[in-house]
Amino acid sequence: MRIYVCVKQVPDTSGKVAVNPDGTLNRASMAAIINPDDMSAIEQALKLKDATGCQVTAVTMGPPPAEGMLREIIAMGADDGILISAREFGGSDTFATSQIIAAAIHKLGLSDEDMIFCGRQAIDGDTAQVGPQIAEKLEIPQVTYASVIKKSGNSILVKRMLEDGYMMIEVETPCLITCIKDKSIKPRYMTLNGIMECYSKPLMVLDYEALKDEPLIELDTIGLKGSPTNIFKSFTPPQKGVGIMLKGTDKEKVDDLVDRLKNKHVI
Amino acid sequence: MSFNSADINAFQDIWVFCEQREGKLVNTDFELLSEGRKLADERGSKLVGVLLGHEVQGIAKELGGYGADKIIVCDHPELKFYTTDAYAKVLCDVVMEEKPEVILIGATNIGRDLGPRCAARLHTGLTADCTHLDIDMNNYVNFLTTSSTLDVSTMKFPMEDTNLKMTRPAFGGHLMATIICPRFRPCMSTVRPGVMKKSEFSQEKADACQIVMRQVEISAEDLKTKVIDLVKETKKIVDLIGAEIVVSVGRGISKNVEGGIELAEKLADAFGNAVVGGSRAVIDSGWLPADHQVGQTGKTVHPKVYVALGISGAIQHKAGMQDSEVIIAVNKDETAPIFDCADYGITGDLFKIVPMMIDAIKETRDA
Ligand SMILES: Cc1cc2nc3c(=O)[nH]c(=O)nc-3n(C[C@H](O)[C@H](O)[C@H](O)COP(=O)(O)OP(=O)(O)OC[C@H]3O[C@@H](n4cnc5c(N)ncnc54)[C@H](O)[C@@H]3O)c2cc1C
Ligand SMILES: Nc1ncnc2c1ncn2[C@@H]1O[C@H](COP(=O)(O)O)[C@@H](O)[C@H]1O
Repeated sequence: MRIYVCVKQVPDTSGKVAVNPDGTLNRASMAAIINPDDMSAIEQALKLKDATGCQVTAVTMGPPPAEGMLREIIAMGADDGILISAREFGGSDTFATSQIIAAAIHKLGLSDEDMIFCGRQAIDGDTAQVGPQIAEKLEIPQVTYASVIKKSGNSILVKRMLEDGYMMIEVETPCLITCIKDKSIKPRYMTLNGIMECYSKPLMVLDYEALKDEPLIELDTIGLKGSPTNIFKSFTPPQKGVGIMLKGTDKEKVDDLVDRLKNKHVI
Repeated sequence: MSFNSADINAFQDIWVFCEQREGKLVNTDFELLSEGRKLADERGSKLVGVLLGHEVQGIAKELGGYGADKIIVCDHPELKFYTTDAYAKVLCDVVMEEKPEVILIGATNIGRDLGPRCAARLHTGLTADCTHLDIDMNNYVNFLTTSSTLDVSTMKFPMEDTNLKMTRPAFGGHLMATIICPRFRPCMSTVRPGVMKKSEFSQEKADACQIVMRQVEISAEDLKTKVIDLVKETKKIVDLIGAEIVVSVGRGISKNVEGGIELAEKLADAFGNAVVGGSRAVIDSGWLPADHQVGQTGKTVHPKVYVALGISGAIQHKAGMQDSEVIIAVNKDETAPIFDCADYGITGDLFKIVPMMIDAIKETRDA
């Protein structure tokens, strides 16, 4: 059994975010982190590895420096890494990205007992689309929003979260599962041994040449030019006009506020 | 069946996927149909809802009351509970036959599972979690004029363009992006719950709406997942999105968490018709359940009044509340970014200010 974990390096948007004058994101100014939901996917896969001794392969599509992230994941306990990287793949939307990742996994082989884990969504785009689209292209079932994953034989039991409860879903392998953050999932740290060994573990790079003849690849729907969706405009929202800072003692401020709300017929 | 997503002229009409859970329609259906009506009028086409489920014909009429010209009902025992396999199969089959130009799907935990699966099968693009939609370019330019910092007067737009222009936040709300899908049809988008305004229900429209039952084929091979159990959390469901007034708390309550939440609840009671929300910091700390979260990864609210107590006003929080009609912020740090979007700001300790607010509101009410 092999679990492919799809991981993405994303800009850390929790701190200050710099926007270029042309409205694009100044990525250079921000730290790159492993997408938070993907940390859950990694942990879920490593837990299954602890229990079954399966192989865990971290897969990413991104620029060459993403190799560093794959090494980190290997240092946490993954067995190997796949870096999908080519200029032709840059600027891909979710349709194109999932096509390329699906083609790479297809090339490496997806056996009857294998699984693919993704994060629910990546914080740069928040789309949650790449996982289900990989599943569709590989024609395997998917379960999204997974918080608990249990394996018994070839059957996997997943707790799938809904806004107002959850479903227990049984799915057979091969399948794709997207993982959410949950209190029960505590992503592990790199181990000292892991860090020492991570550079001796296999890391394969798949470039355009390696994938362009794969049956799942359509050369006219990959990359910036081929992606079905295009950015028509990007812009920053205007700041709302600054309102009134109420003045005086605490009591005066509160009375002033309540007066104003009364005049607006809010109370 | 001949289906070619690149033959874009073969597609027409605006469709809304109408979600139901346990035979009940969900709010996004009404929001999306109301928005869909606007788009259909801009495009001069029909608005069609697609309803999947089991024994759901009875609830279809109501959808017409929000402007649908037609509802296609796909009824089958296998559609009783949502499964990706059955729903994607049925929806894609109907779409391939009828070829709609646009499909809107609510960005719920179900819509965000179904949308990408179908878009990949239909060989078209999908834009996630949209917050604004236009077809007519004039309307889009007006939208940019009021909702962006771009100098629209110096820009040229293709005025005849009839692509659906789908606007959504990116990078945690730091940027907005308008996405189009020019080469393939249908144009698909999932739409953020709570953002589109629901129109008034009209009985006349509901009566005029055509209901079409469709044959559905689902075979055992289509189904690779099985729903073993569906569990509803019995906790009280908070209707943040529909609330008239939202009182939210942030990490500012940390020195007395229970006391802070109690104050927020009392303030909500004093306003009446109000519910309590929270920032992510509060939800992550386990002080309030996840369905109370307001913001980028939480809910988008636009109540009449939004009260932010001890919330710093990170961009991801603002993304979920800045369109509220009146925003009141209480924070002890006068430089907190929440004040940049507040109509009324009070610097001070929420534990002192809020009790005074409760009293003052009650006094005004009783006077
Ligand atoms: C991808 C992403 C998505 C996110 N999504 C969301 C989201 O959906 N919703 C969300 O809220 N956040 C979200 N965040 C997190 C967001 O960036 C902030 O971390 C969060 O909103 C901070 O919450 P806070 O304002 O309660 O806490 P803090 O930032 O710690 O602010 C607490 C405030 O309370 C004030 N304060 C302290 N004591 C008192 C007192 N006694 N009286 C009055 N004021 C007091 C302080 O001055 C401070 O301003 C997201 C982040 C990322 C990266
Ligand atoms: N470039 C990528 N490389 C590897 N995995 C990805 C990539 N983009 C997205 N994913 C996976 O798909 C999930 C959803 O991403 P998104 O659809 O962009 O929100 C992520 O959490 C990852 O698991």
